[in-house]
Amino acid sequence: MSDTILTLTIDGQPVSGLATETILQIARENKIDIPTLCYLEGLSAVGSCRLCMVEIEGSPKLHPACVTLIQEGMVVTTQTERLQGYRRNIVQLLFAERNHVCSVCVSNGHCELQELAHKLGVDHIAFPGCYPELEVDASHRRFVLDHNRCVLCTRCVRVCAEIEGAHTWDVKNRGMRSRIVADLDTPWGDSATCTGCGKCVHVCPTGALSEKGKSVAEMLKKRPSLPYLVANRTEERQ
Amino acid sequence: MKKRRLATLWLDGCSGCHMSLLDTDERLLDLAAQVDMVFSPLADIKEFPEQVDVVCIEGAVSSAEDEARLHRARRHSKLLIAMGDCAVTGNIPAMRNVHGADAMLRSVYLEREPLQAQIPGTNLPPLRDKSLPLHHFVHVDLFIPGCPPAADTLFTALNGLLTGTADLRLDTRFGA
Repeated sequence: MSDTILTLTIDGQPVSGLATETILQIARENKIDIPTLCYLEGLSAVGSCRLCMVEIEGSPKLHPACVTLIQEGMVVTTQTERLQGYRRNIVQLLFAERNHVCSVCVSNGHCELQELAHKLGVDHIAFPGCYPELEVDASHRRFVLDHNRCVLCTRCVRVCAEIEGAHTWDVKNRGMRSRIVADLDTPWGDSATCTGCGKCVHVCPTGALSEKGKSVAEMLKKRPSLPYLVANRTEERQ
Repeated sequence: MKKRRLATLWLDGCSGCHMSLLDTDERLLDLAAQVDMVFSPLADIKEFPEQVDVVCIEGAVSSAEDEARLHRARRHSKLLIAMGDCAVTGNIPAMRNVHGADAMLRSVYLEREPLQAQIPGTNLPPLRDKSLPLHHFVHVDLFIPGCPPAADTLFTALNGLLTGTADLRLDTRFGA
């Protein structure tokens, strides 16, 4: 069953894949660009940022491409004006919700949120800013967590739990009050579980997690090759 | 061809966007051939004039005075450009929005043990608690993000507007 090849259409292009693959995977294999933020290859997909929403013929709903498996005969559209409008709104709401000041951010020039805004043509923020009072946790010896720049993608939570196996990070509260917390809401430096591996820093799409001592625009992230790490481990276990 | 009337206005910003405009170097001559500079911090003119074709505004709106100057510029200009991140998003001046103007002034001028602890206030427009981007007050015709926008970006935008280029694809973004 799992090696049956299914055929479908994405943006008018006939494509094919396995029943275990998602719309996003098949689109990327075929160089069809769907914007994402919370998705990162090698981590479980949670479909929370809603940037990868696509239209599927015959369905009145929009579907997150990163968690929707392909089906035989599916007709998918990824770039309508409606979808682009929603994507621009999502990016603007992320900017409005916390204090993102690109010009003085450690990740200026290397930030996925900043790049998404540029790519989607977001040239101003239509919504009024919330300007919440947020903490910067610099208690860790080598790293800093700046809640002002966090978009709650939970990549840090997932990489720590799924790849490093430490599960230091989690999310407390709900909605706009959500915060990333270490252990049971302790300062990062006091965490008993953090191994100091730095994977969370390097998968973070913005300047929310950074290395200490980095100044404006200096925080270049090296995305760890997660699929490679996962594949190697799977082999070891067998 | 009749020369267009260009104005530039400096609200709550660091003047970096005006510097970037000057960084267009010899292309300033091309611009000068197409426009009359009728108001600018770079020219000694006191009042914003009546009829302006294009106004480029740097800086966020941080005081009642800024707002009044912005409204006057809007009333008398055909095209209004938000030039740079402070005008577009609030940027650096808006970083105080979290705690308000008083807390910021006290922190900077009193609580850092300066030689002469005093908050400058004489003859200065009082700061509002929130510093906000231009489009919260008036209609903006073109947003040019960047801190500052590159000289190339500003030249492309101005030259495009003056020559009537329909599709202005500006390669700029928040922060850079």
